Amino acid sequence: MLLKNLSELNGTSGDERLVRNFLHQHLEPFVETINVDKMGNLIATKNGHLGGPRVMIAAHMDEVALMIMEITNDGYLKFQPVGGIDPRILISKPVQINESLVGVIGAKAIHLQKRSERQKALSFDQLYIDIGAKSKEDAAKQVKLGDYAYFMTKCEPFGEGLYKGKAFDDRVGCAILVELLKKSYDFPLVAAFTVQEEVGLRGAKVAAYHIAPDFAIVIEGTVAADVADREEEGWVTELGQGPACSLMDRTTLYNPQLIQWVTELARQKGIPLQFRRGSSGGNDAGPIHVSKAGIPTIVLSVPCRYIHSFASVISVKDYSACLNLVDELLKELPGKLGVGSIDKEDNL
Amino acid sequence: MDLDFTILRQLTQIFGPSGSEERVAEFIATQLRPYCDELKTDALGNLIVSRHGTGKKIMVAAHMDEIGLMITHIDKEGFLRFTPLGGVGISNLVGRRVKFSRGRVGTIGVEKLEKPSEFKLGKLYLDIGVASREEAEQLLHIGDTAVFVGDFVELEARIISKALDDRVGCFVAMEAFKRTKSTHELAFVFTVQEEIGTRGAQTAAYAIEPDLAIAVDVTATGDTPKAHPMSVELGRGVGIKVLDHSMVTSPQIKRWMASVATDRNIPFQWEVLEYGGTDSGAIHLSRGGVPSGVLSIPTRYVHSPAEILDKQDVEAALELLVALLEGPID
Repeated sequence: MLLKNLSELNGTSGDERLVRNFLHQHLEPFVETINVDKMGNLIATKNGHLGGPRVMIAAHMDEVALMIMEITNDGYLKFQPVGGIDPRILISKPVQINESLVGVIGAKAIHLQKRSERQKALSFDQLYIDIGAKSKEDAAKQVKLGDYAYFMTKCEPFGEGLYKGKAFDDRVGCAILVELLKKSYDFPLVAAFTVQEEVGLRGAKVAAYHIAPDFAIVIEGTVAADVADREEEGWVTELGQGPACSLMDRTTLYNPQLIQWVTELARQKGIPLQFRRGSSGGNDAGPIHVSKAGIPTIVLSVPCRYIHSFASVISVKDYSACLNLVDELLKELPGKLGVGSIDKEDNL
Repeated sequence: MDLDFTILRQLTQIFGPSGSEERVAEFIATQLRPYCDELKTDALGNLIVSRHGTGKKIMVAAHMDEIGLMITHIDKEGFLRFTPLGGVGISNLVGRRVKFSRGRVGTIGVEKLEKPSEFKLGKLYLDIGVASREEAEQLLHIGDTAVFVGDFVELEARIISKALDDRVGCFVAMEAFKRTKSTHELAFVFTVQEEIGTRGAQTAAYAIEPDLAIAVDVTATGDTPKAHPMSVELGRGVGIKVLDHSMVTSPQIKRWMASVATDRNIPFQWEVLEYGGTDSGAIHLSRGGVPSGVLSIPTRYVHSPAEILDKQDVEAALELLVALLEGPID
């Protein structure tokens, strides 16, 4: 299964190589050109020879992970997060370093903690990775500063139509892009698998600039907050209610006409759709929509519970509905390219 | 100068939160069509009004969007939850009226709080006078935006209204466009999405590639009781920006603006704003860099439903903008 493969590959910001290689290989039969730009974005193009408006679909390859910053005299590894990670989720978890090495994120056992220590969450500075090394020298033979440590989680089905796994943000987007590239459309379609989204939307900025599309659709994994201890009005998205259409976040205010188009098409085709109800966070749409003279952009996301952790949870229904909806949008897009990009002279 | 403020009155009352500036654009387009060579909107919704000339290509920017809020949730009883659109101060929202695009008015309420420190955005809701989700959904949807209600009142010397930020900038730019006899190539841009990150100005500057840019926007003042120290006062003239969080103005631009103002006897004051930014912040970083300045209109209570400015400062801003556009530029 494509999503399982993608989820289990390790690839954080600046180290997307394994994901990129996998996608490169997988996509070659389905696209005309495929190349890697200077930032490391993977760019795959269909119908590049056709004239007319170009459509960009984008998903980021990088996941959140940890970077080794220091080896202590005792051979423990100090680290910092790459992307947004809550330090409270890290304690006592196994991590994968350099493909062959496993470590454990250590912390004092409860027996050894003072009462005051138990009442406070540990911070990154207090945590370390134990790789079983006897000394600094011993550890330095196996890792070097700047190496990455990854969550170790098998992607598996559970419950009714749910999957748990790491890196669904944004390997769900990557998987959907692959499925779309296997279909056929009659306009130039450029897929950008971007790098460094989690550390500041950096790959997309460069990709949007050189692709210079007329329209962009970003596919994301986003926060689902239908969890215990949250009241309904605080739910950003819910599992099982379909893909979430973004309205506003820290980096983009989405065009109301485009949102209306997405809403109507979903209704017509009987595809479930929800809105991303909350304005925090940001994604690749931010740099894309303000690239050059401006690019009409929409974002559809698969809701993920426990996002940015060892095990996020998604619903297969949301994944399939997201794929269907983007497919329908792409089919209708050529006739809609006026929406939100009113370039005609004197049109007011 | 005897400036008629009727157009400013109309401008302030048009619905135009960030992302939904079309009505403001339509109004300005109708007003300026007789005076321009070309008029268009771009992908983000910026309105670009141009007049051809032989000199420098000058971009003048004023933003059309005002702050507001966006609906994020509708509950069973028809109460709405919302998120701010732009720099909305949460602390004094209770009891404020808001208006949606189709005219529906609502008011902001707050849940019962055990202690004042519990006050936060999540405790606030919007009451639009309906009794159920179904009723609410007939009037509006999640993602719809609203603006604050604040009438336009013209006093002897001053004006009180919502959205003077930055409809007064639009007003000054419109009047300057009508009056100027400039022989430069002019691109007046009425920008979108300034309040949430100067996004419209960014793409417009890229497309236009100006030699020079001037933004017209409001700025804060330090002339109210126990205000944060700031040397800008109402009625002391147009502000020439020195610095804000988005830009430090180049000495050449400052000198040029100040010398033209001095020559023409136009009152001005230096403006140093310790927070915030304007469209020039985005424009001056476009492509290889664009020399940019800002003409500021001192305004009290910015981002409230009752912003106050002085009519003489508006006149000074207009006079200076017209003079800058007409002179030679090195």
